[in-house]
Amino acid sequence: MNEPHLTDAPALDPAAAEAPAAAEPLEPPAAAPPAAIPPAAAPSAAALPAAAPPAAAPPTDERARVERAAVEADAAVAPGLTGALAGKADAAEARGPGMAGWAVLGRLLGGGAGRNLGLIAALALICVIGLITAGDRFGSTDNTLTVLRLASVIGVVSVGMTFVIAGGGIDLSVGAIVALASVWSTTLATQNMARDSTFLVMVFVALAVGTVCGLVNGILVAYGRIVPFIATLAMLASARGLAEEISNRQTQVVRVQGFRDFFRAEPGGIPVLVIMFALVALVGWVVLNRTTFGRRTFAVGGNPEAARLAGINVRRQTLWLYTLLGFCCGIAAIMITARTTSGTSTHGLLYELDAIAAVVIGGTLLSGGRGTIVGTVLGVLIFTTVSNIFTLNNLTTSTQALAKGLIIVAAVLLQKRLARENTRM
Amino acid sequence: MGSVVDNDPALPNTSDPLLAVTGVVKTFPGVRALDGVDLDVRAGEVHCLLGQNGAGKSTLIKVLSGAHQPDAGAIHWRGEQVSLQTPTAATRLGIATMYQELDLVDGLSVADNIFLGHELARVGLSRRRAMDDAARALLTRLGHAEIPVNREVGHLSAAGKQVVSMARALSHDARLIIMDEPSAVLDADEVDNLFRLVGDLTVHGVAVVYISHRLAEIRRIGDRVTVLKDGRTVARGLPARTTSTDDVIRMMTGRAIEHAFPPRVGPAPDAPEVLRVSGLGRPREFHDVSFAVRAGEVVGLAGLVGSGRSEILETVYGARRAATGEVRVAGRRLRRGSVGAAVAAGVGLCPEERKSQALLPDEPVYRNITLATLTRFAAGPFTRDGRESAAASQQAGALDIRPAGVARPVRTLSGGNQQKVVLARWLLRDCQVLLLDEPTRGVDVGARDEIYALVRRLARSGVAVVLVSSEVPEVIGLADRVLVVAAGRVVHEAAATDISESQVLDLVMEEGRVA
Repeated sequence: MNEPHLTDAPALDPAAAEAPAAAEPLEPPAAAPPAAIPPAAAPSAAALPAAAPPAAAPPTDERARVERAAVEADAAVAPGLTGALAGKADAAEARGPGMAGWAVLGRLLGGGAGRNLGLIAALALICVIGLITAGDRFGSTDNTLTVLRLASVIGVVSVGMTFVIAGGGIDLSVGAIVALASVWSTTLATQNMARDSTFLVMVFVALAVGTVCGLVNGILVAYGRIVPFIATLAMLASARGLAEEISNRQTQVVRVQGFRDFFRAEPGGIPVLVIMFALVALVGWVVLNRTTFGRRTFAVGGNPEAARLAGINVRRQTLWLYTLLGFCCGIAAIMITARTTSGTSTHGLLYELDAIAAVVIGGTLLSGGRGTIVGTVLGVLIFTTVSNIFTLNNLTTSTQALAKGLIIVAAVLLQKRLARENTRM
Repeated sequence: MGSVVDNDPALPNTSDPLLAVTGVVKTFPGVRALDGVDLDVRAGEVHCLLGQNGAGKSTLIKVLSGAHQPDAGAIHWRGEQVSLQTPTAATRLGIATMYQELDLVDGLSVADNIFLGHELARVGLSRRRAMDDAARALLTRLGHAEIPVNREVGHLSAAGKQVVSMARALSHDARLIIMDEPSAVLDADEVDNLFRLVGDLTVHGVAVVYISHRLAEIRRIGDRVTVLKDGRTVARGLPARTTSTDDVIRMMTGRAIEHAFPPRVGPAPDAPEVLRVSGLGRPREFHDVSFAVRAGEVVGLAGLVGSGRSEILETVYGARRAATGEVRVAGRRLRRGSVGAAVAAGVGLCPEERKSQALLPDEPVYRNITLATLTRFAAGPFTRDGRESAAASQQAGALDIRPAGVARPVRTLSGGNQQKVVLARWLLRDCQVLLLDEPTRGVDVGARDEIYALVRRLARSGVAVVLVSSEVPEVIGLADRVLVVAAGRVVHEAAATDISESQVLDLVMEEGRVA
């Protein structure tokens, strides 16, 4: 069929660079009938649990304040102070309505559900801007699906990234791992084998490559005691290098029909990629919030020494976290390979930054110990939608990058402020 | 040593003390840390400050260095009343403090550290050459010209760091240097050298406030002694060399608040041995430590900070890897350096630093309590918060953790209640052996008694308890058997009923002198 379209646009913004591709015939034409389910169904389905986690997720606050509070608690040697602290909440409750307005808003938005509401509000606002500036071109089902398809790939990576960051780490190599996995799963050898048996060979190769890369990261960080930033920086360089080596910097077109048919299908009008993203997010949410693995992740990220002295195997947990993220990169590699029907060493450029940014504006603490999958999903959607609006309005990738930077700063400042309001009780 | 000791302590003009502190009071929520402290320091003397843990020494230092503001009382400096609003104000007057945990930046050079905060600069450019020269001059004055000024401080020995710290104090042109247990991290030779430096300083008219638990040192370099107890000065200006050890210890002990220790029960005569530690050692920390604890017995380790007591406890737990020796729980040998193995064998540790070593401050109380028992409440990989919080509530109720309600973040609790949360964590696990490191540090009086009662109750139920505390009465009052640790060795072992507070103090302060 058609050769995959590779833009020469500066790779500054992968989502943007790929956006034109979406307009190419490569993307299946808008054959999909108006979906029975509203376009936002998938993400909001993922966001549904939003109401559930708050109980488990007390307000985020910047570390300094936490420590100050802890010091205060330590100094509070009087039995009386215990009561005083307990009473503070009531005091806030009892505060006059004038003052209470902002505080209530703060508490609402600072809490787990509230913060997500804030992100949903931001996303809604962005959509309104999109509708005003680009009208139907933005609001069409076709465009919505395009946005979701773009969001899916980076979204899967970001869900994995949420785990690593909540566990007190960071991974800069995700984009490179995506590239390597996509290249490895589309080599002639792999594709020939897949053609002779089943397309699942390609899927397996991508997942295996991603997982092994993550495992290596994990071993380096957990047992080699290399700072995560450095260990994964090394992986970033070498995985991308290996990807270039294998592909000889050529674009490897996917010729296995089974692979294309499966991952480019749109059952019920919803692209398989979007379904995959929704599933990954759902599983991620359950694992992070409802399993011992998730609980250990927060413990290890929040206070590794306390976790260790409570008998938790901190290193093994760290190893698993990076491996999990590697696995997610493998999934993302399959998805981007399917979306562009090609494997190339330029896939996933700067995914690490997009993923980290999405995780952070979603409300996960970069210092670890607290994380939210729902927030991450919303963060990804916000970024992708903004990129889309900029592209529709023919703005350059440079202005997109500028806007992204501003969004990150604004989001984090707002969160800090709300968190402070929220905990001032 | 040398010169200063030969000086007549009364020699510097006695009429006007360099520093006079009168009736200083400092309260923190719930504690009167200083409750009327008097101190006078003369130029050119080594004035020793003695007192047990919690007597108020650290708070006094912080007041003198401008870190804390007193609630009442006066500070006179060279005859004039002063108010030390900030550390800078104190430094400007000429009061420098060498803290116990040296406040040097490891990654910076010696010269940079000496001039940290008051770098020599011209139009915003630092005058590296001038600073290097000045640093070299200061080090030479301290008799340590061999320390290269461009060396990273992190590469220096503990003694080297101390010299740098002292040079920094001198760079401020300090007239009074406060030294908080400077000898705690030094070996014998280094201590000699430290004393020589102190001697040199005093010859030049610099006064030194010297804090140490080691009476022998105080006799060697001290001129006069002030003793604090429970935030009050109980004796001021005693001659350092002629006051007897017994007198000093008597003044330091005999506390105002006597804790009611619950009646001792002791292990049943046929109680099995649960924990056996044999020949445990770690280079530079402690050597050849052996002891056994029976079910229902409380064994206390008494010793000073830096004596190795906490290190022993952490090594038993596997948080530090033993270099020699072994730990057996109920006869089974534990894998070295594995916390997991210790926990699996039924050992629990309440670590020394609650905040940084035990708690997840933002997590709710119940999740802190169930941290070591996660899988017990889980269904396969899935946690069940309801069950966890029910079990945690039960424990919290039994320990009377206040305020009730296990969903609030643990950081909002007071120190005593936080400690109970850590205890609850191990109670939930039905530990066989419980290691308690400073269980009452930062805990108010009421909660203290509750914790004492709890430890006793645990022992009665058959748990083997090992207790470390710097408060000697606590060790003697709570333990059935006391091991005295000094300089990384167990120097004495006795039934708690056969040893007195002053005997223990004597042993730890004289480093093993026969009681």
